[in-house]
Amino acid sequence: MTDRSPLLEVSGLSTELATEGRTVRAVDSVSFSVGRGEIVGLVGESGSGKSMTALSVLRLLPAAGRIVAGRVLFDGTDLVTLPEERMRAVRGRRIAMIFQDPMTSLNPYVRVGEQVAEGAVVHLGLSEAEALKKAVSLLEQVGIPDPAERARQHPHELSGGMRQRVMIAMALACDPELLVADEPTTALDVTIQAQILELVRGLVKTRGLSVLVVTHDLGVVGELTDRVLVMYAGRILESGPTGDVLARPLHPYTLALLRSMPALGGPKASRLSAIPGMPPRLDRGPFGECAFAPRCAFVHDACRRGDPALVPAGSGRERRCVLPEEDVR
Amino acid sequence: MTEPLLAVRALVVRYETEAGTVRAVDGVDLDVGVGETLALVGESGCGKSTVARAIVGIAPKTSGSIRFSGTELPPLGTARRRPFLPRLQMVFQDPDASLDPRYTVGASIDEPLQLADPKPPRGERTRRVAALLEDVGLDETFAVRYPHELSGGQKQRVCLARALATNPSLLVCDEAVSALDVSIQAQILNLLRELQERRGLAYLFITHDLRVVRHVSDRVAVMYLGQIVETAPTEELFASPAHPYTEALLAAVPSLSKRGDRTLPVVRGEIPSPLRPPAGCRFHTRCPRAFDRCPRESPPLYPKGPVETRCFLAAPE
Repeated sequence: MTDRSPLLEVSGLSTELATEGRTVRAVDSVSFSVGRGEIVGLVGESGSGKSMTALSVLRLLPAAGRIVAGRVLFDGTDLVTLPEERMRAVRGRRIAMIFQDPMTSLNPYVRVGEQVAEGAVVHLGLSEAEALKKAVSLLEQVGIPDPAERARQHPHELSGGMRQRVMIAMALACDPELLVADEPTTALDVTIQAQILELVRGLVKTRGLSVLVVTHDLGVVGELTDRVLVMYAGRILESGPTGDVLARPLHPYTLALLRSMPALGGPKASRLSAIPGMPPRLDRGPFGECAFAPRCAFVHDACRRGDPALVPAGSGRERRCVLPEEDVR
Repeated sequence: MTEPLLAVRALVVRYETEAGTVRAVDGVDLDVGVGETLALVGESGCGKSTVARAIVGIAPKTSGSIRFSGTELPPLGTARRRPFLPRLQMVFQDPDASLDPRYTVGASIDEPLQLADPKPPRGERTRRVAALLEDVGLDETFAVRYPHELSGGQKQRVCLARALATNPSLLVCDEAVSALDVSIQAQILNLLRELQERRGLAYLFITHDLRVVRHVSDRVAVMYLGQIVETAPTEELFASPAHPYTEALLAAVPSLSKRGDRTLPVVRGEIPSPLRPPAGCRFHTRCPRAFDRCPRESPPLYPKGPVETRCFLAAPE
């Protein structure tokens, strides 16, 4: 492996949210990296901290949010301590982002071509004519038919799938190195989702882009990512190469998540293996036990004695569980 | 053959908009038998939710017939409809839109009981509320709580209890588990199965999620731009989809094991506007198998055993 020094290296990242006088640790000592040309998935259910982790990396936290510990090294520079002025030069230029709902990110009054061109004018100093030309070319690269005509349209004239393509074109305008995508296909129909996933895979191949994708959908993880981090209660419970993790999960939570998904083939189960109970409330922490213990099918005394550490499990994998690996099945 | 619990024939629902007439539902036939689950599946704008809303009466039908237990359903709001209200209930995707935030859970579940004829006395109703809560896996202390104190999964359980209060024989579920996290979704799907076994309930299950479809349904109807394009027993549909659109839908579901190496190509193009559906077969603009006849003629539903397919490729020789 040549030049596999990670592009993004997050270590010990903790983020707190102040809500109704209480403080919630939404992200708890999270460490991971994204290599050059690599697609890494952050997967978890509502409240797992996956989006807060991505927003912390981008330093786009809501007003109530605050990074309280850790480093976010991007190409060697710590983004946590970077002055906002310099962060703005990184965000949008070297790190681009797309979100679930393109309508909240697109200006309804501005033609989409101009919106795609804007980044290249602001960050790259292109003239408006040059930037617009680049925008049309980008719209074509993301698979928009008749890009020159589409560039003159407003967002409301486009379908949801086309708007997400426009968002991706906008994100690519400054040739970023890292794309952060938060639930990029969640609002889309399944046939359009398949098209967007194919597009992102293609961009990674042709441009050597790195991607951090946040999703609740293990299917999207399986289709898109090289490595996956499974999050729960603000922490990583398991991580590793995607194929290995999905084929042979080493944490009871990952196993339970996979089993609670209805299968598309094979024998039909009359009952799904649901996970009992609900995710823990984070304002009650810190946990004196494994955060998943109250819902875990494999729970035993050792799980209650303390919050287990995330430890290497071989073959580039990590897990936060005191059970022997072979017992998780 | 006895008449199914629900029989929909030639259902048309049209809306007038500034941009023109939307034929949201354009000639739909479907049957749901007693204790059966029919899944109605499709992407946005296919008309599946409009079908559901027309059946429960909240979207007025333009034409066609909706028969329930052998009787044509009178329009909602008429006195003749009242006897049908308890027997035909609906659960929606967003429990917050269905539950009044000012009502306790108990009051929300009690409300439909007051519609029953004869109305049970108060003490009896309190017992019924507790029993309904237990049926949906919540203890009776939930009766005095308010929706904002509940999680999404708990709220959907309350909506189910409320829908079941009048002992319906058909429950229309419109994306009822779509907003839930997968671990909670599995809990609710298991609950729906138990309720069906215990009460002999029939479900019309509207969803875009094919994994859920395979798990819950006995039969599936696939909709595209206002029409049913395929109806088949669930196992048959998943094992060998007959319509190219069904095939495309199945191929598009993200898989847990095959990363990137698809056996079927991703279907191209966008879903056309229901304002201007394509001429001929409505799927021909995106269909990988379209040929010269498809843009010119509109295929009927060709029956073959228990499967019906709206595709010239399924036409008998």
